[in-house]
Amino acid sequence: MLKNRIIPCLDVKNGRIVKGINFVDLKDAGDPVEQAKIYSDGGADEICFLDITASNENRDTIYDVVKKTSKKCFVPLTVGGGVRSVEDINKLLNCGADKVSINTAAVENPKVVIDSSKKFGSQCIVVAIDAKKNGEKWEVFTHGGRNNSSIDALKYAKQMEDSGAGELLVTSMDKDGTKSGYDIELMKKITSNVNIPVIASGGVGTLDHLFEGINSGASAVLAASIFHYGTYSINEVKEYLASKDIPVRI
Amino acid sequence: MNVTIVDYKSGNISSVINSFKEVAKDKVNIEVTSDLNKIKSSDKIVLPGQGSFKSCVEALNKIKGLKDTLNEIAISNKKPLLGICVGLQMFADVGYEESETKGLGWISGKVTKIDNQNGKFKLPHIGWNQINIVKDSKIFQNIENNSHMYFVHSYEFIPKDKSVILATTDYSSNIVCSVEKENIFGTQFHPEKSDKSGLKIIDNFINL
Repeated sequence: MLKNRIIPCLDVKNGRIVKGINFVDLKDAGDPVEQAKIYSDGGADEICFLDITASNENRDTIYDVVKKTSKKCFVPLTVGGGVRSVEDINKLLNCGADKVSINTAAVENPKVVIDSSKKFGSQCIVVAIDAKKNGEKWEVFTHGGRNNSSIDALKYAKQMEDSGAGELLVTSMDKDGTKSGYDIELMKKITSNVNIPVIASGGVGTLDHLFEGINSGASAVLAASIFHYGTYSINEVKEYLASKDIPVRI
Repeated sequence: MNVTIVDYKSGNISSVINSFKEVAKDKVNIEVTSDLNKIKSSDKIVLPGQGSFKSCVEALNKIKGLKDTLNEIAISNKKPLLGICVGLQMFADVGYEESETKGLGWISGKVTKIDNQNGKFKLPHIGWNQINIVKDSKIFQNIENNSHMYFVHSYEFIPKDKSVILATTDYSSNIVCSVEKENIFGTQFHPEKSDKSGLKIIDNFINL
């Protein structure tokens, strides 16, 4: 039986780990390579790096982090943040990333998703959707949550599936950093609307939130701070989910 | 000993390289090449594969003489060969991803889309699934039955002769996830991404 995946995410800036709260106010805390190894040894099903390096001259730091991590971790590694082109994707894959997540570029130029999934295969193309509720619908935000594209997130999710995305990483901007749980309504709507796996992200504070995320139809749950600040270990999460009859890899 | 990972520009093989180098340490030389002479002089061959069946076969055919060299190594010289993911799928006579494409024809059978039972099962089949080992094999030495392996695929290999099947995994049906025919081995899952169990399979292959 296919297991639900638990994915710790590390926000990386200039080659160092940070964790954002509502996409701003970053705290520094450590070496991403070492942390990724701790996670994979601890039973993480995948590792996710989100590069939030702002300046172009420091963009190369992520390639170095990915190279070093891929020599030490033998579970899938997803890298996102600042991915603009097919060439960026190529570079990250060559450094040892197994999947690349595309956010802003996919909104601005969906052809990047079409072209890259053709070139490298859908299996390594993850489209990251940052969604925020506006009235009855959810809108897609870009540029790390700063710009509203006004695009309907549900329609966009379907469009990205059709464009060749292998997975969707859906983050609720309303929930991110709040520790109040995933946006379950959003997750339910998206997971029931697409036939590709969805990774739920944004808002985890308790073990029960992870359970709710998987119950909403997500194939995988992503969390940053609960792991990063040691609130729970990966193993504690898995034991808890297993006790609730959720299939996990232990 | 030389183990060659065939680099035929079939997509991302860095994880395959990293995992083989991790297992080989300094004892075994890991080559990554499409050079026909180097492939011929190698003791063991790894055939990775990412993307579609069609794109992999096309990439293989683009390198002049590569297909013949692989045939010589695997079929005539019977050197151990490990196909991973689409690398395994290409053993088939034919694949139906994108359009009907001829495979290497080493193990008779076809590659078709996984039946997702009208959307009941998400595709691609991504993540950790357990393998049911149905036949003993040297590459599964010290691998426990029901071990978890990492999968990413939407198509499955259906061999004609069921006796080649080493293991299956349950996703909408019993999907063939490992095969062995004489010197030819294949895994649908990614041993290079399957943590300790995966590295053990790589170690078993290197030590064949």
